[in-house]
Amino acid sequence: MREQHPDVDAEYCVPVASVNDIVTARLQGRALAERLGFSPGEATLVATAISELARNIVQYAGNGDIVLRSTTNGTRRGIVVVARDRGPGISDLKLAVRSGYSTSGGLGLGLPGVRRIVDDFQIVSNRQDGTTVTVTKWRF
Amino acid sequence: MAVPILKQSQYLIATIQSALSDEDLLVLQAALVEKVGKFRSRGVIVDVTALDVLDSFASRTLRDIAHIIRLRGAETVIVGVQPEVAFAMVQLGITLEKVSTALDLEEGLAYLDQKLQHARAAP
Repeated sequence: MREQHPDVDAEYCVPVASVNDIVTARLQGRALAERLGFSPGEATLVATAISELARNIVQYAGNGDIVLRSTTNGTRRGIVVVARDRGPGISDLKLAVRSGYSTSGGLGLGLPGVRRIVDDFQIVSNRQDGTTVTVTKWRF
Repeated sequence: MAVPILKQSQYLIATIQSALSDEDLLVLQAALVEKVGKFRSRGVIVDVTALDVLDSFASRTLRDIAHIIRLRGAETVIVGVQPEVAFAMVQLGITLEKVSTALDLEEGLAYLDQKLQHARAAP
């Protein structure tokens, strides 16, 4: 029987307002993933996804939050990452998640790349509420 | 956090020590471009062994560094990409196209030595 860390079921909110917060968010995400028993490889995927999502917040909205929490599905454990901002929203969601698309001169890997490395990917975006991306990664 | 850059004969060796912010990466880029000229270096090694994530921005910056350094007349080799990091990069769709990589510092130095020898031998 695995001993439960008291903080495994907590929810962590990392405010993201500058590029330095991207590093903080991904370190917190990796730490939670490791506490949940993710392998180093899986934890790296989680950290990489957080990095991309946090950068989107800084780049397009200026500031927002990365919320991290654990989840279960029967005996399976997973990690949920919510990236939310109150920025201008994404005008063409279909285009934004298409591979190779970028408005910022980046590689265009941001959202499509994140979608590839997680198990579940949801995005809600509009002009009033900004953008919320919710991703889930299950432990193998 | 600043990345120390060591000058070793005709090479520059930048060893990344911890997670880097976007700004740190751009500072590294500027410092390497400047030092290649100052020390008339022929090769640059960027050691990323300590990096736990190479996301799209970091990868693009490393690629830019390699291309800029090449325009300055020197070769760059990225060494120490960790197995999990390499796996995540491929999953994310990142390629370091036209950027030389090597397993570790030793292999990186051997690569540069060989590359420069070839350059000298060419007619």
